[in-house]
This record gives sequence, C-alpha cells and structure tokens, in this order.
Amino acid sequence: MASERIDYAEVGLMAGLEVHQQLLTRRKLFCKCPAGLYTQKHDGEILRHMRPTLSELGEYDGTALMEFKTKKNIIYLLHKSNVCTYEMDDTPPFLMNPEALDVAVEQCLMLGCDIVDEVHVARKQYLDGSIPTGFQRTAIVGVNGKLPFAGRTLGIVQVSVEEDSCREVRDRGHLIVWRTDRLGMPLIETVTAPDLRTPDEVAEAILLIGRVCRTTRHVRVGIGASRQDVNVSVRGGRRVEIKGVPKAGWARRLVHGEAIRQVNLLRLQKELRGRGFAKAEDLKLEHRDVTRLLTQSGYSHFRAEAWEAFVQQEKRRPGFELGEGRFCVRAVKLPGLAGTLCWPTQPYHDFSHELAGRVRVIAGLDQQPILVSSERWPDYADSRRELGRLRKHLHCAEGDALVLVWGPEADTITAAQEIGIRYQAALDGVPNETRQPFPDGSTDFERILPGPDRMYPDTDHPPVRMTRDRVERLRVALPPPPWEREARWEAAGVPRQTVRYLIRRGGAELVDLVVRRAEADVLRAGRFFGERWKALRRRGISVDKIEPERWVELFAVLRERPVLWEAQDAIARALAERPERTLQETLSDLGLDRPAGDWRSELGRVLADLPPSRAKAAPGAWPRRAMARVMPGLRGRVPGREVWEAVRAFEPRAAAQGVKP
Amino acid sequence: MNQPAKDPLKGYRGQARQALERFGVRVWSEVRLTNDAGSVFEGVILPRSETFDDLHVVVKMRNGYNTGVHVERIRAIQELGYKEAVYKIPEREFPFNAGLPKVTLLGTGGTIASRLDYRTGAVIPAFTPGELYGAVPELADICNLTTRKLFGVFSENMSKDQYIPLAQAIGEEIAAGADGIVIGHGTDTMGHTAAILSFMVQHSPVPIVLVGSQRSSDRPSSDAALNLIHAVRSAAYGDIAEVMISMFGPTSDRYGLLHRGTRCRKMHSSYRSTFRTVGDIPLCMVSRDRFDYLTRDYLPRDKSRKVHIDAVYDDRVTILYYYPGMKPDLVDALVEKGYKGIVIAGTGLGHVNKPLYPALKRAIQQGVHVVMAVQTLWGYAQMYVYDTGRDLLDIGIVPLDNMLPETALMKLCWVLGHTQDHAEVMRMMRTPVSHEITEREPHNGYLILQGGLPETEEFITSHWK
Repeated sequence: MASERIDYAEVGLMAGLEVHQQLLTRRKLFCKCPAGLYTQKHDGEILRHMRPTLSELGEYDGTALMEFKTKKNIIYLLHKSNVCTYEMDDTPPFLMNPEALDVAVEQCLMLGCDIVDEVHVARKQYLDGSIPTGFQRTAIVGVNGKLPFAGRTLGIVQVSVEEDSCREVRDRGHLIVWRTDRLGMPLIETVTAPDLRTPDEVAEAILLIGRVCRTTRHVRVGIGASRQDVNVSVRGGRRVEIKGVPKAGWARRLVHGEAIRQVNLLRLQKELRGRGFAKAEDLKLEHRDVTRLLTQSGYSHFRAEAWEAFVQQEKRRPGFELGEGRFCVRAVKLPGLAGTLCWPTQPYHDFSHELAGRVRVIAGLDQQPILVSSERWPDYADSRRELGRLRKHLHCAEGDALVLVWGPEADTITAAQEIGIRYQAALDGVPNETRQPFPDGSTDFERILPGPDRMYPDTDHPPVRMTRDRVERLRVALPPPPWEREARWEAAGVPRQTVRYLIRRGGAELVDLVVRRAEADVLRAGRFFGERWKALRRRGISVDKIEPERWVELFAVLRERPVLWEAQDAIARALAERPERTLQETLSDLGLDRPAGDWRSELGRVLADLPPSRAKAAPGAWPRRAMARVMPGLRGRVPGREVWEAVRAFEPRAAAQGVKP
Repeated sequence: MNQPAKDPLKGYRGQARQALERFGVRVWSEVRLTNDAGSVFEGVILPRSETFDDLHVVVKMRNGYNTGVHVERIRAIQELGYKEAVYKIPEREFPFNAGLPKVTLLGTGGTIASRLDYRTGAVIPAFTPGELYGAVPELADICNLTTRKLFGVFSENMSKDQYIPLAQAIGEEIAAGADGIVIGHGTDTMGHTAAILSFMVQHSPVPIVLVGSQRSSDRPSSDAALNLIHAVRSAAYGDIAEVMISMFGPTSDRYGLLHRGTRCRKMHSSYRSTFRTVGDIPLCMVSRDRFDYLTRDYLPRDKSRKVHIDAVYDDRVTILYYYPGMKPDLVDALVEKGYKGIVIAGTGLGHVNKPLYPALKRAIQQGVHVVMAVQTLWGYAQMYVYDTGRDLLDIGIVPLDNMLPETALMKLCWVLGHTQDHAEVMRMMRTPVSHEITEREPHNGYLILQGGLPETEEFITSHWK
C-alpha cells in the first residue's frame, strides 16, 4: 500500500542540498574557450571508454565498477566554436581562470563562508562519460558558512568551484552521446548541512540559496544555469541523492516521494527478515536461458524476430549500441520472494521498478517495459499457461517469484546478476543511490552513490594561494545579503513577492542606488523596479539599457515633482530609445519641463466640442473620453485626479448620472 | 614514483614545518585542525611538494578534498590518530596458460599501469605481472607475461647508461625464448630509444615493441591500458620482428598503430595520437581483436633467426638546430668541448648560412663528423640543388637524405661507438640499417591535413578523430 501521507518528523526526514550555480565569466574554468556559447550542431566526434582506476585496497570503487560493467561506448560531439583540445582531454588544464575564482570567492562570502587559504584542485571521478577525462576538476574555496533560514541557521558545509559537465544527447543501450559545449564552464557547488526537515523547507532553501547567489549579479541565469542535487534520508534509511532537480518547485514532490520510498524499503527489509532472509547467502536466485521455450509466445518481446525488428527500427549497431551475443530471454527465479515484486516503493511504483532501473542502467537493456515479473504478468493469448510452463521449467514453488529479461545474451546475464545485487541491497534497507528525477515527481536509478573514495588530487594543477588581501578586496565590493534587503524593503511595505523578484531577476541594486543617492521612497522605488519594469519590458521598452545614473537623476526629479510619476512609462520609453539625451533634454522632449499654467480654462475650450454620450452609453463614458482627449498633454504635469475632477465639472448634465470617479 | 616517507614532515620547510612541530603532529597524522575563524578541518596531513611555499599545511579532508591552511591562521591541531600510507599494490598471481605465447615486459621507468591511493592521492606504479594483472586483467588472455624492471628513470633522463643495458637485456630475453618483447617507456624520448634500439638490436626473430601512455593510468580516460593491450598483442602475435612503437592511432579509443622505430616521432605535446610515422606510412593497425598490416615491407617473425646485439654508443654527438643568424663560435665551442659528431638540422633541402662555413670546415679538419638532416622533418636533404648546398658538400658535410634528425643523432652515436674513421663513419651513416633512409617517399608519406579547408572539414566531421 502506497501510503501517501507521512509525518516527516516521525520518520526522521533529513535533507540537504548541493546547489550548482554557473558563474558568469567570459571564459571557461581551465581553458580559454568562451563560456555560455551553446551549439546544437557539431563538427567533430570522438569515441572513448572509461576504465576504473584501482582504489586503495586494489579493488575497484563501487560506482566505478558498476559503471565499468555497463560497458558504455561514449561519443563526444565537438564544435570548434566552444571546445578546444582541453575539453577533449588531449591537453592538460591551463591555470584556473582568476575571474571565475574571484566570482566563486564572492559567492562564498555571500554565503557567509570562511575562505580557504590555498585552493587545491581535486579530481572527482565520474565514469558515466559526462566528462571526457573521467573526472571533474573541483576545488574547495569556502567552508563553514551560515545562512539565516526560517528563524534558524542553515549551515553551509562547503562551497567548491568546479567545471561543468557535458550535456547528454542520448543514451541507448551501450551507447551514450554527450555534447561538449557546456563542459568546462565554471560553476560553484554549495553544500548545505542536512538541516532541512520537510519538503517545503527544501524548496525554500533552494530559493534562498538562489537569491544569495544572484545577489552578486555574477552568476548565470536561465535554463540549466542552476541545478540542485537533493540529498534525502529517513531514520534507518540512507542518503539518496536526487540529481539535477531543475526547479525548487519540483523538490517538494521529489523529497516527499523519496521519504515514502525509504519508509517502504525499510518495511520490505523487515518483511524479508521475517521470511528468513538475513544475508546475501540466504537469497538463492537462479537464472536460466528460456529463449527456446518462448519462440511461439504471444508476448512479442520474447520472440527473436520482434527483437530484430526493434534493433532495426532503432538502428542499433552490433558492438555499438548493442551488447554482445545472440538474442536471449532469461528467467530469474526468486525463491521465497513472491509478493516482493509488487511491494510499494515510491508513489505509483513498486519494487520491480527498482530492479528495472538497475537492469536498464547496468545491463544496458532498455526496451520497455525492461522486465516482466510473475506478479505483473502481461495479458496475452495463453499468457497464464505460458507463465505456468515457465514456473514449471524453473521448478518454482508457490512462494517463488519469476522475472524475465530479454536482449543480447551477455546483457541478460548481467541483468540477472544485478537483480540479485538489488535484492541483496534490500536486505540492508535503503541502498546509497543517485536517482534521476522526473516531472511527475518520481525518480529512477541513475548510479550507485559515489563516496569520498573517488576523490584524488589533480597533479596537473598547482595549488592557488588565496591571500587575505584578495578576499578583503572582494568583500568590500559585495552587495548587501538578500535577507538584509528583504527586511528593509518589507518594512517599507514592498510586497514579499516583489522583493524576491527584485533579488532574483535584477533591479535590487537600482532600488538601493536610487534610495541612497536620490533619497527615493523605498516603496515607490521597489514597486517601480520590481513591478513596473516587467510591464515596460513586455511592451518592448529596453529599460535594462538605461544607465543607472539616469535613474538616480530621475528619482531625484521625481522627489521634487511627484506628478512626474504619472508619466513614468513615457519617460522610461524616451530614456531607453535615446540614451544619448540627458534627463533634462528628455523631459523637455516630452514637454514635461514646463509648468501647466492655466490648464483649467484651456480644458473648457478643448472639451466644448466633445459631443455628449448617447443615452444608452455606459456610465462614465463621457468623462473617460474626455480624459483620453486631454491627458496626453497634461500627464506628468498635472495630477490625473485633479484633471478628472475638473473634467467631471464640464460633463453635460444629462449624461452624468450615476458616474463614479 | 613515491617512496615511503622517511622524514616525518616530508616536504615541509620553514614556517609550516615549525607549525607542525609546535602542534606535535606529522605527515599522515589524522587531525582536527581549527583555524582563526573557527572552521574545523578534519582529515589527514599530507606531505607537501617541496616546490610549494612554506606557509601552508595541506589537509586531505574526510570528503576527499585537499585544502591548504595558512600557518598564521592555525589555532589548534589535535591529533586523532596516525596511519602511515603504505605504497604497495596488492598482487594477484598472473595466471599461467600453457597455450599462450611468452612475452617479456622490460621496464625503464615509465608508468604503464598504476593505482591510486585515495587516502593520500598518491599514484602507485604497477609493474610486476601480478600488479599488472590487477590493473589490466585482459593481459592474461593474451600471453604469459614476465616482467623485468631495468631502471626507474623518466624518459628525458634516458641516455647511454640505459640504452646499452636495454639492448643487452633484449638479447638475453630473446635468448631465453621470449616470443615478443614489450618495453614500457615514457613518451617524451620514446622515438629516440626506438631509433637507437633499431641499430643496436638487428635481425630480431621476434617483435620488439615500445609502449607508453599520453594520459597517465591513474585517470579513467587513460590510453595506457589499451596501449599496453595493443603492444602485448603485437609482441605475442604480430608478424613484424622489428623495433616498433605502439601508440594510439586516432585520439578516439579505436586502434593503435605500429610505427617503425627509425621513422617515428612524437608530434604533439599532449594528444593521444601524438606518434606519427614521418616520410612513410605506419606498418600496421592493431586493435583488441585484429591486425591490419599496411605494408609487406617488413622483417617477418622468424624464431630461427639469430639476433645480433650491437650495443655500442658514443655520446660525444650533438644536434645543431640551425636558425638564421647562427654564429660560427657555436660550432667552434662544440669542437673545443670535444664533440665528435654534429648532426645539423638544416633549413629546406639542407642549408646553413655562409658565416658558418669556415667554422664547419675547421671542425671537419679536426676530425669531427658533420652530417646534414632537415628540420622540415619531411623530405630529403638534397644539397646539390643550390650553390649553398654544393658549398657545404665541398666542405665535407654529408647529407643523410630523409633520415629524421633525432634518428640521425642516435645513429651517429652508435656509429661512433664502432669507428672514428671518417670514411667508414660516413659509409655506415649512409647505409640504412632499418629504413632510416628510404629511397622513395610515397605521396601518402607526407600528410598533414590542413584544417579549415572544405575537404578536410568534411573528413574530420565524418570520421572519429
């Protein structure tokens, strides 16, 4: 039963974040290629493989071994405009981009970190091919940070500067294809302490860190510019990393779903123990080639010719996308494990989904539905009888379950072994995994969670000294932290949503600037830059191009002559369109530099020939028509309300009834 | 290569050393270090490279990252434990399979295989068959491997003292019945070693293959394992009984190339596909499961052939890379210092400027053997074409046709190990031993694809590099 509601405190939910934020630099981190230049085409390809390096005990690290077993052919797509031989791993790194390091230090200071004295570049192994070297170059820049969060403190364990990885183009069978344009762009990874206790807190913390990072304006924004890994565990469970959550909003369902998954896996562990499965040896899985039993099967996936058609259709090449050996259907007998395949895990999924994830990733068998089990046997002609025959063939007893996989023979053997490994992990509760998130809130297996064993020093790059002078120079130039602005602006009445927009999307510096330099009213400035700007941009006015100094001048004039506020759109448009004109010239161009004079008598003359509204006209129609006629000449010179009242006085009596200002 | 730390504060000097002494901790101490901002670094104190400053203490933290803490910011270091790193790779016995060929791997110091010590980040070389089996288990399916470590030097430190014992060791291994020899070597001077071995080891009955890597084997993307597999296969099963270099063909993980020892050169400082045959084509493409011979013009494997080891070497030879404006006193200085042989890497068809002529003449008169190769690498020294070349011929400078400058250097060292007689020296220099001079240059022997051209772009877009 997929219990959808749980008490997070009761199950001991703990979550922490690893927030990845691209830095806004002109060049990449370890070479001179331009950063942020993405391409959809390529003009070169290379083929590589990854081989795990032996770890301390002469054994392969768990993740590495898993990724080696997958036997992936890795293709990198190259484009000359954004990669050089460094990204191809055919040239050692150049010295770390000092601009990126400065921005990273700024970020660390915003996050309240202690900046390290000597930055050491490390290699973090990834054998999935996402980086052609097989490791990511990464270096800790700050440690021990703190952020005010929901009335308490959110600890920042460390911030590192690192190179971004490739973008996945496709992953089919044994072939994975990566685009290299993003590779090597500088980013920072902010690791929080596991201080978050609910899905809502996780989402809030993502937004908070996002606001802190964006405050400096030296980070990239837009799709993919910030991604977070969310680490989740419940009491008795283990840390699972949900990788690459693109939006804070997704985090709620993902964290909730993972909490439920872990609770259910712990229940399964108890169930298995109850059935007498305590250690790996108690699981006596067997597997057998059953291809010949199924040549006439009503389930097409079990037949070789259907497999051939699939291979043809997908254009899978032998020894490339395709694994080794002839087509094979393999039955895996799970003695005493009946009922575990449909054991609930995350919402809408059961334990067979856990198995399918491993089979897909590690064995490279990815034809949906990847596997079928005796507990969700497909419905086709003679299907029950066929299942019966298979059970008999494998000597299945009542309490035994059966899983079938199909594909190239060698891969089906790997699949059978992986199913065994996943059951072994189930005896231990929740395995450490990296899981891939989906928009529906579910996750799927991506890889075994790597440990510190995959880190080692980068012998290609010397340590970089970080002097206190450099740190202090960067600290002096920092903008105020977002919570400080939030407190100040919210106290002045700026709505929270507007405040956050200003910090996330820009405008915050302008608010501070005009308040400081032109003594502008905080609420007015906040609303102008946080709300009015959006509207102006939507109308195609490039407000971003207006020099900050112009805004200071404008807000100074506005303080003297508040009536000008009513002409803000026209002024903004004029400033944006003719940036070379001074503010005075612009106001003069718009006729806003002259006093209104005797506008009331003028009004009578202009409105004298405005015909009265027809009897059936909506109330207030005449004054609105009148305003439309007179305001263009008066807006920004006379307050609209005064004009409105004056206009009403001119309204022909008969039509005036029931009109509200 | 790392040796066990003798100094308990290995690599630390000055202030950093004093700080560690003051806090009573040493390299490999597991510590809890607190700085002036109250930040806590828990982990292992690592040795420090002697070339780094004396102001920082390096801690490998629990999460695997390293960081340097400035000595002036350290407030406390508490020792939690101590565990010295043991630089030893676990061995697994290399399986013996009676049906497989015998291959001997001779080690000169390059790291072919290695493992990482994640606790310390050290790279530990793997060399014995057992160690190699742990790192590249595929080798056991190819051959019965024995290994012999001759020296432990970086390839730039190879010279006479290594070349002679190396050639002798090859002779011994062949006599002992090896079906093929593999030599692990750093890539920087692999071409030089391949050239000298081509002269010192003649009429080999079996393949002699030099191999190395352009990406060290502590990296998942390393070319080392595949290069080693290709080299061992070539030694065990290949048909070419010459001195060869086996390294990546393209930068993609596809196939290796077997290059003839006298015609091969490292052409890029870091690319995987750095080795190229110059002035000719490579001998063979080798992959995990096949050999594609590109020529029939080679010495085939023949176990009955008797190898001739001729390991002599006179290192009083230099290479003079000519540049415009070179001064004659450079030549005089070489003569004065006792050099017996000069290989000029001349411009174009084999030229140097006129002011050098008298100095070169003096050198030759004093018994120095002067030969001419071309710095263009491709093409022949054809000194009869222009007056300047003819003048040099008159002085007594002997052209070496299309012998590569580095090959010419190695050959002159070898020849001068035999004789100082000028006529004999020049006869030997001009008589090819192993295709170091070829009579014909095929038109596919000179191919440097020029990027940017439509036909090149079409090619590199449609082929894996």
